[in-house]
Amino acid sequence: METGEALMLARAQFGLNISFHILFPSITIALAWILVYFRARCAVSGERVWLDTYKLWSKIFALTFAMGVVSGVVMSFQFGTNWPGFMNTVGNVAGPLLAFEVLTAFFLEATFLGVMLFGMNRVPVWVHLMATVLVAAGTTLSAFWILALNSWMHTPAGHGLVDGQIIAADWSQVIFNPSFPYRVVHMLLASGLTAAFLVAGLSAWRLLKVARDAAAARTLRTGIVIGAVLAPVQAFVGDLHGLNTLEHQPAKIAAMEAIWKTEKGAPLVLFAIPNEEEQRNDFAIQIPRGASLILRHSLDGELKGIDEFAPDAPPVLPLFFAFRVMVGTGILMIALSWYGVWRTRRKNAAPLWLLWTFAGFTFSGWIATLAGWYVTEIGRQPWLVTGILRTADAVGPVGEAQLGASLTSYVVTYALMLVAYMVVLTHLAGKGAGSRELSVGEPAPRGVPA
Amino acid sequence: MILDLPVIFTVLMGLAILAYVILDGYDLGVAMLMPAATSGEQERMVASIGPFWDANQTWLVLGVGLLLVAFPAAHGIVMSALYLPVIAMLVGLMLRGVSFEFRLKAEGWHREMWNRLFWFGSFLASVAQGFMLASYITGFQTGFGYFVFGLVVAGGVCGGYVLLGATWLIWRTDGELQRKAVAWAHWGLLWVALGVGLVSLATPVVSETVFHRWFDFPRTLGLMLLPLASGAAWLWVWRAASYVRAEHPMPHWAPFAGAVTLYLLAFSGLAYSLFPYVVMDRMTIWEAAAHPSSLKIVLAGALVVLPFIIGYTIYAYRVFRGKAPDKLYEH
Repeated sequence: METGEALMLARAQFGLNISFHILFPSITIALAWILVYFRARCAVSGERVWLDTYKLWSKIFALTFAMGVVSGVVMSFQFGTNWPGFMNTVGNVAGPLLAFEVLTAFFLEATFLGVMLFGMNRVPVWVHLMATVLVAAGTTLSAFWILALNSWMHTPAGHGLVDGQIIAADWSQVIFNPSFPYRVVHMLLASGLTAAFLVAGLSAWRLLKVARDAAAARTLRTGIVIGAVLAPVQAFVGDLHGLNTLEHQPAKIAAMEAIWKTEKGAPLVLFAIPNEEEQRNDFAIQIPRGASLILRHSLDGELKGIDEFAPDAPPVLPLFFAFRVMVGTGILMIALSWYGVWRTRRKNAAPLWLLWTFAGFTFSGWIATLAGWYVTEIGRQPWLVTGILRTADAVGPVGEAQLGASLTSYVVTYALMLVAYMVVLTHLAGKGAGSRELSVGEPAPRGVPA
Repeated sequence: MILDLPVIFTVLMGLAILAYVILDGYDLGVAMLMPAATSGEQERMVASIGPFWDANQTWLVLGVGLLLVAFPAAHGIVMSALYLPVIAMLVGLMLRGVSFEFRLKAEGWHREMWNRLFWFGSFLASVAQGFMLASYITGFQTGFGYFVFGLVVAGGVCGGYVLLGATWLIWRTDGELQRKAVAWAHWGLLWVALGVGLVSLATPVVSETVFHRWFDFPRTLGLMLLPLASGAAWLWVWRAASYVRAEHPMPHWAPFAGAVTLYLLAFSGLAYSLFPYVVMDRMTIWEAAAHPSSLKIVLAGALVVLPFIIGYTIYAYRVFRGKAPDKLYEH
């Protein structure tokens, strides 16, 4: 079982890495656009409050971006070190997509980030606003390319076999493969929600320290409103994504809903402990015919069960629970943001308990995003590229000792970085609050182009 | 005429790696010099690299990306063989990157801790890159002798980055810090001489291919221009730095330009030794190349996008031209 162990270690290491990495882009993709909004408000109104807001959030952005970049660099190496079989088999498709991400997105965002962070006093206002827009465009483009590749791994299309090699026959089909539109929108909205709750949460944290911070009161509202608008849209898009998955990856749906045997009128399992050994659900609480109704829009709709796909079926337990964590977090986000919008209408101050709740939900987007990624990625197993390459066939020759040593050093480094990140973020959000009480409408100081 | 795509991609990859080594080299060099500076000087050193380091590091991703895309077969071999130094480098680059951000936001002993991690991360990444270079040019051989060789090359790489960092500081700062930077540049030059010298001696000993390529008569005569030019560049950087210190008329960017020239020469020597192997004596670029269809699309994309990248990179350097401010955030 030596190769089995190495496979598990390689997967654990890559899973750790990619989970750690996604935390930061899931913030920066949307936070960049929120920064564009702050910068534009600052430029138009010339108010000190918006300038301070922009400066604070651009620092948070810079920190988050740096975390994303360094963990992303690690990933770019791990494709080769952990999964040489991936590039050997589908490199002709995956390679160009990754190359386009580097060429069109990475340089753009990294270069203009420098202008955005340190160039405020060196370039005209419109150039600075433009630099902020280009950083945001870069982060979104980056998401576009990487999700094109990821979606292709789930639902490959547009490829052909030439000289025994898999190559792209039609690039537009490769990029706009069947699951791509749903996945990319789902991810962009996830980022919007993650950033919205981060903005609301840290603003709430600041208001808890200084009740009359004008900037924090505004950004709290900004975060809540964005959350309230995006959360229901996300529920709708998520449903469409699910139907798309049912069409192209029915085994994943069977595992998510813990449907063991193909049946007509399958129940919606609200809660259960899936039992992989016995192929059944223990302690199930279910709504009769519910799953058929939701997924097939008919009480007698047939849903394929795990038995149909075994042994090429994903594990049920992690998918079942991860899916429920994602949906549960999403429902809480809808409820909280809608209540928040109503409660802070007409510049009403949020009550203390609501501020605490939003502060508690600062990183709720992370939970939902990670859970969603676990559903879709574990749901692709045992395939790395559906129908083309198995995960087990892509693993590299790196030995267990080396994998173990590197896994340990990653765990230590990531734990250190994550704790530092969260501490610094809350520190930044609390720092300087109330050192000067700003009134709304106060102009930005002289010499600072607003 | 058929375009020789693997050759084109070798050139592109080489340029990306060269750009990385020079650009991130001065960042890493400046960071490694931090312990030798006062805390006021440290602020200015960080300010001189602040707007650039992130984009500079991206060239590494492009270089590795091109290796992955254009030479997938070699990518697997190289990355598996260099596994541990690559991990060490990545941990170093991670520490460097996040420490840079954290130290800007921290105060008191926290700031001191991030300063140390910033230094340590940069040092670790540089040492790891030295070991990677040593292992790569000796065809991934292992053993005690090769480890010692790796150590020396790592010293050379650190020295080379210190040289770039110090000459960058000569260009971007003035006063006492600039004078210190001249002394640092001289130290860097000594290490570079040792490192480049050893690499130049070791590669022909390790590989017969390289030996013949350099020492077959009569091409040896022409090739000797390269070490001679390197020696001249080396002396010139030494003198230029001294001139700046003595306030002789000498543009402050001259030592940095000289250091870059030195890198160009060393890099062409190395490229001449290796070509056309992507894995020393084992795999040529044609054997490792990806399918032409994927090379073509990437090449088309690169030709369209690279001019933009170069354009806005130059723009960013123009925005932040001149001497660095005393610190980064202006409030």
